[in-house]
Amino acid sequence: MTAVPVGRKERAAKRAAGGPGRASDKTKAERKLAYMLCAPAVVAMLLVTVYPILYAIVLSVQKIDLRFPEESEFVGLDNYVAVFTSELFRIDLFNTVLITVVSVAIELVLGMALALVMHKALFGRGLVRTAILVPYGIVTVVAAFAWFFAFDPSSGFVNSLPLIADDKAWFGDRANAFAVIILAEVWKTTPFMALLLLAGLATIDDGLYEAAKVDGANAVQRFLRITLPLLKPALLVALLFRTLDAFRVFDSIFVMTRGSQDTESLSILGFNQLISRLNLGLGSAVSVVLFVLVLLIAFVFVRGFGTATPGTQGATN
Amino acid sequence: MRRGAVTAVASMALAFGVGACGGEDSASGPPTLRWFIFNEPSAAPQKIAERCSQQSGGRYRIEFEYLPAQADQQREQLVRRLGAGDTSPDLLGLDVVWTGEFANAGWIRPVPAATEKVVSENVFESVLQTARFKQRLYTVPIWSNTQLLWYRKDRVPQPPKTWDEMIDMGEKLGPAKGRIQVQANRYEGLVVLVNQLIESAGSSILAGPKQIKLDKAPTERALGILGRLSRSPAAPPNFTTSTEDTARLGFEAGDSSFMINYSYVYPSAKSNAPDVFEQMVAAKYPQVDPDKPSRPPIGGINIGVSAYSKHPAEAFAATECLVKAENQIEVADLSGLPPVREDLYDRPEIAKTYPGYAEEIRASIKDAAPRPSESPAYQDLSLAIQRAVHPTTKIDPRNLAPAYEKLRDNVLKAIKREGLL
Repeated sequence: MTAVPVGRKERAAKRAAGGPGRASDKTKAERKLAYMLCAPAVVAMLLVTVYPILYAIVLSVQKIDLRFPEESEFVGLDNYVAVFTSELFRIDLFNTVLITVVSVAIELVLGMALALVMHKALFGRGLVRTAILVPYGIVTVVAAFAWFFAFDPSSGFVNSLPLIADDKAWFGDRANAFAVIILAEVWKTTPFMALLLLAGLATIDDGLYEAAKVDGANAVQRFLRITLPLLKPALLVALLFRTLDAFRVFDSIFVMTRGSQDTESLSILGFNQLISRLNLGLGSAVSVVLFVLVLLIAFVFVRGFGTATPGTQGATN
Repeated sequence: MRRGAVTAVASMALAFGVGACGGEDSASGPPTLRWFIFNEPSAAPQKIAERCSQQSGGRYRIEFEYLPAQADQQREQLVRRLGAGDTSPDLLGLDVVWTGEFANAGWIRPVPAATEKVVSENVFESVLQTARFKQRLYTVPIWSNTQLLWYRKDRVPQPPKTWDEMIDMGEKLGPAKGRIQVQANRYEGLVVLVNQLIESAGSSILAGPKQIKLDKAPTERALGILGRLSRSPAAPPNFTTSTEDTARLGFEAGDSSFMINYSYVYPSAKSNAPDVFEQMVAAKYPQVDPDKPSRPPIGGINIGVSAYSKHPAEAFAATECLVKAENQIEVADLSGLPPVREDLYDRPEIAKTYPGYAEEIRASIKDAAPRPSESPAYQDLSLAIQRAVHPTTKIDPRNLAPAYEKLRDNVLKAIKREGLL
């Protein structure tokens, strides 16, 4: 949160020193070079992200269905009205939020524990880190299938474990289906959380812990008073990335239930309209709503919690 | 993007100095017809295509482009190409329920009268129904498929005639022996089950491409059976997630006495569960009403000729060859997929392919009631029906009005293509 005043001070100092208006030729040339170096990336981004987003917005205000090409017309916000008045949208939004909140919360706790283990591991460091990262290296769809087959009553081993009924249908009701989906998500992405937190832990000066020990602080106090506050920037970045990711959850649900038992997420809703029904107007409206929700989440994190995006100096001071 | 890709391919072709195997036909040699179809595991389509290419005397040569194994993914790929006017597919392997959609969108050509005469000769009326849109033949049926009632003769001396009888028998046998395997997961298989129950009860989902039928009494009767079965102890624990494959595996496991499934389960049981196979017998799809014959489901593949094909005349000539009697018999022999011509069921080769149940398959296809594939928005309809009835355990057999209203509302919504589905 202190970043803003620092930035202001810097700008004020620059202005006092002559300001950008009177920049030397060298500065100008450097700036020009910088723009030229950035240009390919900007053009690529415009082509592959901005254009599709704008095109989706254009599609979302039309009645347009690939199967009925002659019926295309401009309908204004009708598609959005259809989305927001739909009971399905409310259910799917709830499901998405539920999966996001529960899975990210579990991942945070587990990821923190794993990060501490990786950080403190005395021997076999490389092995421990590699072992923890394995799930993250597996393609999500493949991981989803592995979990599906493990829990499926006809092929899985889970039902033969003790304390579990042999014929339990894991994907036959909402609570159990959600549990398996969230478990698969957590298993897959906890390593990502752990990795980001580990990077944060590595930046904390060991001297602080030494000093705290000398002052008589116990392990819990050291964690709460030193580790957590200093880890906050890394923690928030990790949370932001995982929340945005989890909010667009698709693969696991698609593989395990295809959205049945009321486990459908917003991404699956969009997929059904766009890919199955070929209703480009309605489907694009769902996609745009999903995009705006993701933007809102990012905005809340960056503005509300002061999360620093990589490349800027955040609240580390 | 497409132009870019074409340019890239063209420049690559130039760079390597090869034009003969590029996107266009070479100056010499017969035109290439590209058949987009899933890679049928027995490779029967490849075999008959090869034969037809040879028999054409240089008029055409059929090449294959493979689509994914899952029907919905096949459709996605075809639709993306056709929606963008891609000229590379000539022949399309279409699921029987896509006819209305593809024909209405103008993606496939109606079958010319001369070809229609040849390819519909002796073909089951139910099969031709799946190939028509607005009374016109748009696709050429090549193979069919249907579901039979499979039961165990050691536990069931006489096959049940109706669904209610079957559930009674299953309940009497108890859950260790009497389970009934069907398809009730939220997917196309559930639409098949619902459609066949409604048709067997004497109604239909649609009365025309954009017109609902769903008469109240028969529809409620059909839903009542579905609800009763879902809540019965004879239903397997994975009932609401069951598919063709879970049903097959469940039956092979031995605790089931009944299964509704396609004929591939018979050779499968032979290799996976010989004990079960010994006792396995096929009967006709169960009835809803003791006085009305059942209307079994129908599946299979029809060949469409792409509207963007550059060789439609050759493509239709190729379909005439592909569906010839001898080729259908060859497909049945290699893959077990039932022919679409009724007269072939008298041939000894077919009796050999379906040992002891060729007659059941013939009768089943003859009486089959297609899903409402004449709807140009079939996919909407399918999604809407799935959402309305799944999970089937929610259907209360003693109070069917809510389930009926939900189904009717969803179907109406799908016909109008309104709202999210």
